[in-house]
Amino acid sequence: MLETMGKVEEIIALNDNDKERLIQILLELQKEFRWLSREVLERVGKKLDVPINHIYSLVTFYSHFSLVPKGRHVMSVCVGTACHVRGAERLLDSVASAVKCKPGCTTSDEKFSLDTVNCLGACALGPVMVADGEYMSNPTPDEISRKVESCE
Amino acid sequence: MSEVAIRINTPEELESLRDKVISARDPDATVVSVCTGPGCLAYKSHLVAENIEAELEKHGLADKVRVSRTGCHGFCERGPSVVILPRQTCYLRVKPEDAEEIVKTTLVEGGVVERLLYEGSDGVKIELEQEIPFYKHQDKVVFGVNKYIDPMQMDDYLAGGGYRALAKALTKMTPKEVTEEVTKSGLRGRGGAGFPTGRKWDATSRVEADQRYVIVNADEGDPGAYMDRGILEGNPHSVIEGLMIAGYAVGSTEGYIYVRQEYPLAIDHVLYAIDVLRGMGLLGENILGSGFDFDIKVHKGAGAFVSGESSALMSAIEGRVGEPRPKYIRTSVSGLRGKPSSLNNVETMANVPLIIDRGADWYAAMGTEGSKGTKIFSLVGKVLNTGLVEVPMGTTLKQIVFDIGGGMRGGKKFKGVQTGGPSGGVIPEAQLDLPVDFDQLASAGSMMGSGGMIIMDEDTCMVDVARYFLDFLADESCGKCVPCREGIRQLVVVLKRITAGEGREGDIALVEDIAEMMKDSALCGLGQSAPNPVLSTLKYFRDEYIAHIEEERCPAGVCKPLIAYWIDPDKCIGCQKCAKECPVDAISGEKKEPHTIDMEKCTKCDTCFRVCPTKVQAVTKITRAEAEKLGAPRQVEEAGA
Repeated sequence: MLETMGKVEEIIALNDNDKERLIQILLELQKEFRWLSREVLERVGKKLDVPINHIYSLVTFYSHFSLVPKGRHVMSVCVGTACHVRGAERLLDSVASAVKCKPGCTTSDEKFSLDTVNCLGACALGPVMVADGEYMSNPTPDEISRKVESCE
Repeated sequence: MSEVAIRINTPEELESLRDKVISARDPDATVVSVCTGPGCLAYKSHLVAENIEAELEKHGLADKVRVSRTGCHGFCERGPSVVILPRQTCYLRVKPEDAEEIVKTTLVEGGVVERLLYEGSDGVKIELEQEIPFYKHQDKVVFGVNKYIDPMQMDDYLAGGGYRALAKALTKMTPKEVTEEVTKSGLRGRGGAGFPTGRKWDATSRVEADQRYVIVNADEGDPGAYMDRGILEGNPHSVIEGLMIAGYAVGSTEGYIYVRQEYPLAIDHVLYAIDVLRGMGLLGENILGSGFDFDIKVHKGAGAFVSGESSALMSAIEGRVGEPRPKYIRTSVSGLRGKPSSLNNVETMANVPLIIDRGADWYAAMGTEGSKGTKIFSLVGKVLNTGLVEVPMGTTLKQIVFDIGGGMRGGKKFKGVQTGGPSGGVIPEAQLDLPVDFDQLASAGSMMGSGGMIIMDEDTCMVDVARYFLDFLADESCGKCVPCREGIRQLVVVLKRITAGEGREGDIALVEDIAEMMKDSALCGLGQSAPNPVLSTLKYFRDEYIAHIEEERCPAGVCKPLIAYWIDPDKCIGCQKCAKECPVDAISGEKKEPHTIDMEKCTKCDTCFRVCPTKVQAVTKITRAEAEKLGAPRQVEEAGA
């Protein structure tokens, strides 16, 4: 915990303790810890003199922030329009059944998170997903299960 | 890295640096331009570049041939793409292991690797990039330079005339003249609404204030659109130069670039470019000795579609929730921190240096009466050649979809093209001759938007598409005003009901009622335009809605509760492919005997349909009524939003 708070203070200091940079600070914390705990958010509020309800209004408004720990392996399925017309929904169903968790959720062992994203900007590959950092273009259920099994 | 670290104090010094950069380069030298845009990177084009460099080293060519890692070339469908300059030999679908052959055959022996060339549907191979139909019919004024520019090399941008327009504006023109030139060019905002850029700047510059702001909107949120990513990642300096010129024109010393955090590479490239410019004194105080001070900050967006709206975006930069506010006063008058602020889209900014450098008349000669210049579109969906394309305003949809896009995938029939993102609409086949510009698209019931063009074929269900967009907007509505928050939610309820086969008589009228209410009373553009996808599909594809409601039938075979999968025993050859691939073991049958699908077990994942050999096509989608005749249980999808 001490280490965590040290990192929080460091990130805030790197942003010049600037209240206006609150969203930027939260983005960096999200990247560092993969989620934002109540303790972390309280420390940010205290350091920047921002009410905690204001911080919660931000982290619940923007889709990138997570208030629960994310899985060690993140499966992001693109549900942008180009992917949608090429069958993103079916891909999402296949991935959900392979990792045994619903879109937007994390498995109880914190192994997998399944996210949907609005556009990965790789529309030519659609339907496309990023499985643990690797782009997969229109994978079959078989390819998905192989990928899932390869995750430690 | 051969980055320039010297300070540039005058326009003359800039020119002499440019001369130095150009004269140090042999125009006939071979450069291997490897696309490392998002699509190609996904297919490991960074390894292609690495391997080519290693092979060059092996053949002792490392000093003679340069490998340039560039932004998106546009032809994402056939990526990774490698273009060998200056000849323009274009290799497509290049794999890392192809590097050896490319270097040996083309760079050492001067030949061509036939198998990596473009091959049209007629089987004819094409070597040169500009002769490939996808590129031949384009006019790449803004986007064409991408293949010559490594975004991490300032020299590349300078060699192409970079910052010449800035020098011209700062030293030879007054801010008013700059604004007038942009107004005269007819440039309109590329972000969606198409507001004249010059008029926006003029409004901002006229307000008395101790500070004004200029902001680039790179919060590209329309799903299916990635032009801005292509520009910002591939040619960040063009956007920065445009922003600086805008700053000078409106009398601002501080600019912002608001980029969504989903584009990390764009952020890196912009931050790097800003660093280089500061080092050269091209950002900071007294730029080029003109007395103009200017600096740029980068703000990362945390993922909210509505934050692309001008007042919402400015709230976000202030560190607050990115919600729109009522705009009784425009942001150009009172925006960021209550100061007059001019917000322009990435592509708009990238056009500005070209206009200043080559003149308004040159620019205004391209395009149509009301829409000047070119427009970059993200051509995606069911079209054969997907990618980023740039054409003069006024090019017809038919030219874009068929000449450039090559028509439909798999010989399917074209049904419609969706433009304008979630706020836009669908344009049907009957209007394919429509010249694409701001006004024509609006009159057809859609809009230009930022430039997403999603092509739909006979297998796309229009009711499902409308439901999809409203589902998206239900998530993205900030919830501040009732018409948008509740209106979208109710539309989703009704549309989900229809796609689930539970549509009721009167649903279409109900949808139209809600839509009208939202158009008239929502607070910002998001809510006002949210009903567009459903209204335009109702206008052109009403029969599909009626089929869903009255016949419980999805004509495109998309809506799961309304279809079932069935194997035609007369066609099935018993190859067992579908049985092997089925994830829920719902298919049974002996080898070389017709197979059957257990409809109770089937999850309708479409796998069997996709793996059934095209010559056989035994797996068929049947309607709900047909399935029930065969004894299938009635599937009711969970209704509700």
